[in-house]
Amino acid sequence: MKKIPVHRVDLIFEKITCKEIFEKVMEAKPDEIIQSVIDSGLKGRGGAGFPTGLKWQFAAREKNDEKYIVCNADEGEPGTFKDREILDMVPEKVFCGMAIASRAIGAKIGYIYLRGEYKFLVPKLEERLKDFHGLMKKMGHPFTIHLRLGSGAYICGEESALFESIEGRRGEPRNKPPYPTKEGLFNKPTCINNVETLVYTVMIQKYGAMHFKEMGTKDSRGSKVFSVSGDTPKAGIFELELGMSVKEFVEEFGDGDTKAVQVGGAAGFCVPRKRFDETIIGFEGVPTGGSMKLFNSSRSMYNVLHNYLDFFAEESCGQCTPCRVGCQQLLKGIEAVKKGEKSIKYLDELVKLAATMKIAAKCGLGQSVGNAFSSIVDNFKEEIIY
Amino acid sequence: MMITADSIQDMVERHGRTRDALLPILQEIVSEKNYLSDEDMVEVARALDISAAAVFGTATFYSFLDSRPKGKYVIRVCKTISCSMKGKNSVLSTIEETLKIKIGETTADRKFSLLETNCIGWCHKAPAILINDEPYTDLTPKKVTEVLREYIKNR
Amino acid sequence: MVKLSINGLLVEVQEGTTILEAARQLNFRIPVLCHHDDLCVAGNCRVCVVEQLGGKALLAACATPVAEGMQILTNSLKVRTARKHVIELLLSEHNADCTKCYKNGQCELQNLSNEFSVGDHIFLDLIHHKDYTIDRYSPSIQKDDSKCIRCQRCVRTCEQLQGVNALCVAHKGEAQKISTFYDHSMAEVICTNCGQCINRCPTGALVERTYLDEVWDAILDPEVHVVAQTAPAVRVGLGEDLGLEPGERVTGKMVSALKRLGFDAVLDTDFTADLTILEEGTELLTRLKKALVEKDPEVALPMTTSCSPGWIKFIEHTFPEYLPNVSTCKSPQQMFGALAKTYYANDREIDPKKIVTVSIMPCTAKKYEADRPEMRSSGFKDVDYVITTRELARMVRQAGIDFTMLKEDKFDRLMGDSSGAAVIFGATGGVMEAALRTAYEIITGREVPFENLNITPVRGFEGVRQASVLLEDCVEEWSFLEGVELKCAVAHGLSYARELMQAVKDGKIEVHFIEVMACPGGCLGGGGQPIPTNQEIREKRAAAIYDEDMHLAIRKSHENPEVLKLYKNFLGEPLGHKSHELLHTHYKERERY
Repeated sequence: MKKIPVHRVDLIFEKITCKEIFEKVMEAKPDEIIQSVIDSGLKGRGGAGFPTGLKWQFAAREKNDEKYIVCNADEGEPGTFKDREILDMVPEKVFCGMAIASRAIGAKIGYIYLRGEYKFLVPKLEERLKDFHGLMKKMGHPFTIHLRLGSGAYICGEESALFESIEGRRGEPRNKPPYPTKEGLFNKPTCINNVETLVYTVMIQKYGAMHFKEMGTKDSRGSKVFSVSGDTPKAGIFELELGMSVKEFVEEFGDGDTKAVQVGGAAGFCVPRKRFDETIIGFEGVPTGGSMKLFNSSRSMYNVLHNYLDFFAEESCGQCTPCRVGCQQLLKGIEAVKKGEKSIKYLDELVKLAATMKIAAKCGLGQSVGNAFSSIVDNFKEEIIY
Repeated sequence: MMITADSIQDMVERHGRTRDALLPILQEIVSEKNYLSDEDMVEVARALDISAAAVFGTATFYSFLDSRPKGKYVIRVCKTISCSMKGKNSVLSTIEETLKIKIGETTADRKFSLLETNCIGWCHKAPAILINDEPYTDLTPKKVTEVLREYIKNR
Repeated sequence: MVKLSINGLLVEVQEGTTILEAARQLNFRIPVLCHHDDLCVAGNCRVCVVEQLGGKALLAACATPVAEGMQILTNSLKVRTARKHVIELLLSEHNADCTKCYKNGQCELQNLSNEFSVGDHIFLDLIHHKDYTIDRYSPSIQKDDSKCIRCQRCVRTCEQLQGVNALCVAHKGEAQKISTFYDHSMAEVICTNCGQCINRCPTGALVERTYLDEVWDAILDPEVHVVAQTAPAVRVGLGEDLGLEPGERVTGKMVSALKRLGFDAVLDTDFTADLTILEEGTELLTRLKKALVEKDPEVALPMTTSCSPGWIKFIEHTFPEYLPNVSTCKSPQQMFGALAKTYYANDREIDPKKIVTVSIMPCTAKKYEADRPEMRSSGFKDVDYVITTRELARMVRQAGIDFTMLKEDKFDRLMGDSSGAAVIFGATGGVMEAALRTAYEIITGREVPFENLNITPVRGFEGVRQASVLLEDCVEEWSFLEGVELKCAVAHGLSYARELMQAVKDGKIEVHFIEVMACPGGCLGGGGQPIPTNQEIREKRAAAIYDEDMHLAIRKSHENPEVLKLYKNFLGEPLGHKSHELLHTHYKERERY
């Protein structure tokens, strides 16, 4: 397996003129645009990693006069803050990505769903949107972007919950199928992409699919913006080529005493020191929406897990049993083991429960609670118990 | 700030009468007065021709759409992992001591309310808080005291 | 068509069929909790998860449509483990005081727990961590949050089936709960007391407020004369709770059981249903006369029925501007109560103070109706206690009566006689049909022009139905109606009622007379009827009702001899002074939440 050392990239924050790129896009046929995104190997940067080009193709094939482009800017995963920075630094590139997608699938309306915690960005975004709409008008491309705000609900980052929220309801994930490309926002074909993903589609138009594809590995092409936090002297936002191992990452970002890295936020995986070398950051190893949190030996992994479970117990939408009750049971369960009210064997029951949550919960949130739980309990059992 | 039936009508004019206007309307009310009263919800329900219970059920799903009175400034202290690792507790107790309120409470002059919240996306500059919509990061007890002093004095 | 295999057996089903339905075709029952045949798909409880070979996550059978070539396992190790976990999780947030629970023995969660041999709960009891309340303020519905498993059937019932939206899901995560506006009591909100949520609640979270102890106390008090009245729909539902199949008419057995329980008189709400037709029919004709002859612009048309207390509370909250359109007639239950403590008391020479009237209703809203302050025109509370069909079945069981073996008995006299027209009050469209049978005959002197008096256009289960009758060769008194096409509309279930009223409001429907029943199928699908309920069961009950009608000698309300006697000896004439005092009421506008 090809391993890539930590290699900084500057695509996302590169200052470019969107007008030129969009002119190019207007000359291309929708199929060609989609093909270039497929060729690039770009996968969704929100965490789930669905091939972006395919998503566009599915949406493009739907015959419907009403289609939507939605930009998922509900960045709520603990430890992720790169979308905020992208929207702050290069908002026009996000709009441009949406416009490219609208051209590709045939949509006239776009929505940006921005988490309420980032409301301070609104005045700036609205101002830039005015310019953008002016550009669209000038280019003769009928595409309007509406800005919608969340109001403090992590689950709204789940695509169908996000649609429910835009539609004015509780952000409860829907049953799938149907998938968004068939029935999404307002039950119309919808293409929903993460902020960062959209910017990459712009850069793919600018530099070509190959430029992107050449970076990274077979399963994880290109680069990615990482949000680095925790016990690190270099907390912040870094765009790095995909394919590096956790070891290489820790060598670059660790404080010399890193005992574990939580890759992918509360919904991600905990990688212990002994697995740093063998674990690739990417879809072949541990996928991530960009959250990289380092823990040094002074940290109690019980506290870390407790914090995550507390988060999930509150942020579960509450509609499905495995997630609503399961999160509470995992949380209260580790407390009971810690206090000695439940035997050590009870942890095994909880691991089984986490496995059930992974396969029986309704949406990605409930299904991913087990990731953090199992990976922390498996690797730091003694810290959970004693 | 008073929210009247008229001002809600005005919001409905701007955001529309369809269900998807609900959150923008509720958000606008909350940005005016930091919470939603039962009268507000009934009025919004009437304007959008949906049930008041549906408005209540939707509003309570969202942590930022409070259905109980809040002060002029709502302080939300991030309690998620990074902030919690980087000294959130001392920042929180500083705020509690400065304002003489606990989590969930509002000062007697209805100026400040104190709440905890989940990750607000400033993990690299932890600990962080929001005061209304404004983020404050890299906080220390000293720094948060200064921030609060500014609010107490000037706003 | 889509081909798939379930547990190795091949099946071919229509596209769009869910895995749950496909499995049913192969006689595999997949357990469900949030799913209900009457409601839209939820996919929340996850009890119905099944395994798809090759798939990572399990699928909710109730929410997943079949796909070509699927290989589904409904009872694999993965499925069993997950299903048991889900049941155990639900039990961990459920106040499992089963032996003391009103729903003991009829609880879907209890059944599942038993089926999967859930012994000692392996998970922690979450109940003690939470601050639960039991809402006992409503006279009709008791809501116990500690028993709630958040399947949201009640919310979907209230929202989609009934269009009421009194219940909602509030908060999220561990705090999520089934709530009302600001978590007010059910008594303080827009709840119509229809009880449809009770019919669909899988546990004891939503049950009727029961008045069995009060009724037993009255029966067992030798000083008190206890009069029972039974609503038309009870006789086609009661059997289901006492070991009989849906659709069995048990009128005679029911009367017999009531007598054995110790009621001093077993009378029939059907009697006042006939009376309602005379009062309401006359009211309609009077309104028509005012509109057509006197050209009175004030007269409110279309006139709507007023028998269904769920409908009354609904319109008071939702369309208060149409309150003048609602017939001022009390419901048959309340007419009965008012007469029981006046007419009946006089005739029997019993001090009305010593009469306790108990009505047995397919309805929970009737409990609320009996409590309304307007319902005291006899000088007493006209109807003292209302119990549901289910509660009556419980009384029969408590008294150790072997219901299936009972001989049939007849209602007692004075207010025990009824016509077929009264019986069909229990089905949607029944009041309309009964009214037309009488009104047409009054106006034209002839029977309604339908074979066997069966006015089929107003029957059936379509949500909103319209029909019209041309009035020709009218008798002299009603000659102003000559050539008029009497138009009527029928709605059942409050979401259809809302649809109909909105159409009236928007001028899209122009009719003279509207019948609304709050519950799907009418009273036979009432919130006090045996559980479970579904379309098939409701159709069987309806068939039984129409069957009962066909078997009665008198099938028109105005031919009920006891009603005629009542007018002659006591009331005078329809809409007369005494009627006005005892049989009519008024309504009030209510809050919007």
